[in-house]
Amino acid sequence: MTTANPALFQASDLNQRNARVQQRFRLLFGLMTLLLITPVLLILATLLVKGGGAISWEFLFTAPTDGMRSGGLFPALLGTVWLVTVALLLSVPIGVFAAIYLSEYAGDNWFTRIINLAIINLAGVPSIVHALFGLGAFVLFFKFGTSILAASLTLAVMTMPVVIVATRESLQAVPPAFREACWNMGATRWQTIRRVVLPNSITGILTGVILEVSRTAGETAPIMFTGAVFFTPFLPHSVLDQTMALSLHLFVVATQVPGIAEELPFGVALVLIGLVLTMNSVSIAFRMWLRGKKKW
Amino acid sequence: MNTEPNAALLQPLPSHGRHAIASEKLNLWYGTFQALYDVDLRIREGLITSMIGPSGCGKSTFLRSVNRINERLGYVRIEGSVHVMNENIYAPQVELVQVRKQVGMVFQRPNPLPISIRDNILFSHRLHAKGGGDVVQGTADEIVEQSLRQVLLWDQVKDRLRRRATELSLEEQQKLCIARLLPVKPKILLMDEPCSALDPKGTEAVEELLWELRGEYTILIVTHNMAQARRASEECVFMLMGRVVEHAPTEQVFVTPQHRETADYIEGRYG
Repeated sequence: MTTANPALFQASDLNQRNARVQQRFRLLFGLMTLLLITPVLLILATLLVKGGGAISWEFLFTAPTDGMRSGGLFPALLGTVWLVTVALLLSVPIGVFAAIYLSEYAGDNWFTRIINLAIINLAGVPSIVHALFGLGAFVLFFKFGTSILAASLTLAVMTMPVVIVATRESLQAVPPAFREACWNMGATRWQTIRRVVLPNSITGILTGVILEVSRTAGETAPIMFTGAVFFTPFLPHSVLDQTMALSLHLFVVATQVPGIAEELPFGVALVLIGLVLTMNSVSIAFRMWLRGKKKW
Repeated sequence: MNTEPNAALLQPLPSHGRHAIASEKLNLWYGTFQALYDVDLRIREGLITSMIGPSGCGKSTFLRSVNRINERLGYVRIEGSVHVMNENIYAPQVELVQVRKQVGMVFQRPNPLPISIRDNILFSHRLHAKGGGDVVQGTADEIVEQSLRQVLLWDQVKDRLRRRATELSLEEQQKLCIARLLPVKPKILLMDEPCSALDPKGTEAVEELLWELRGEYTILIVTHNMAQARRASEECVFMLMGRVVEHAPTEQVFVTPQHRETADYIEGRYG
């Protein structure tokens, strides 16, 4: 039997120094997280305090009057819903189908690598460049005029890379063993995708769509030249009409109209954020419901 | 556990000369690396045949050429032929889906789909049902029960058929993976080290199942476990560096091997 060694499990100097370093890094990471959420909280608080008073049924559901100085923002709210919906209808099918092709069908060769590179680059193009592209391509060349269709197409082109990348990543997160299992039972690629791959990646695809909704609703530059107007007394009736939009309306009331009540721009911003959060929470709820059904 | 396999071994081997799998001069390259050299193998119908040999000897590659799963890798080149039930599966008019239906495969790691036990069993049936639609309730229940009974799993899972297959133990998962091949009535079951992820008890249970399935199905099993090859197969193929060295009744391979390499390998001098 050996004699007991009381120092055996005591912290050495080195242990203590390592522990101090670890504490410092923990503090650093915590601070950074705090820094990250501070602006979010400040923005929301400012908007609520300064713009909360402007919110009323009348503000939400009437048109602006008196050169935007009073009345509501209903045409802009409705316009943004139009723009986002049409842009989603255009970009989600194209983006998801393209991602399925790239991830499930296309081989890994120089051609697909170039396509992937192009998609990543497309995501990096500044929105004002997309705006000019939309003006040239959709408004002038395809003669859609300044319309919801032209503006939504521009938004769709701009946000499609997000959808493609998110979809492709969630498809690739499905374990290869599932696909092998299917193929070995004689499933075609489409049967495999339809019955196994898509059901297991739908939550990730929805995440991409959520990101796209936020970005689409908030963008101003791409719609300024292609379909959104400062003011129109008419509500849009078809995709070929012009429309007001919340983001552009915010820009107008914040910078272009002298002598406006201070709470009005904040109210518009609050409505814009509220709209995005509402749209997001619907899809987040849907996603959580789907995730609850996920089996692995 | 040994009573059952031994009992099965005492039954006379089928005396017919029918072969479920017959390869002729099968050569296979992964890029520039040749993995199979002139493999001529005749796997007899209704028997359990094991394939042994050191890692990289080509036994898994051979297994994978029998249901043409190798081809998914773009850089594979194949010469020669593989006949399954007397049809060359590498002939141009062959439909891959039909090959996969006839030749089921079980993998090293059990890979049940993340759906219920019942849906796993019905998955292949639904794939091949007309219109891809649902099957009639009565027959679906029969298929599930019959398949699970065949793999000796029915009594354990009959009360939780709607539970997720991934909640089962590994042994049960592996049995389920075998069971879900059965509704499309394959002739051949390929197994690539089906027990290497299982504990001894699970291994024993799967081996017991192999004897149960023997006769109705031709089973070709790759294993690293020589004791398993000896216990659980009737014929044994020993491969080395892409070539078949010896193919004989299992007892003969282990008791009186005809080649020095075989003797060295089964005595554990390399491998």
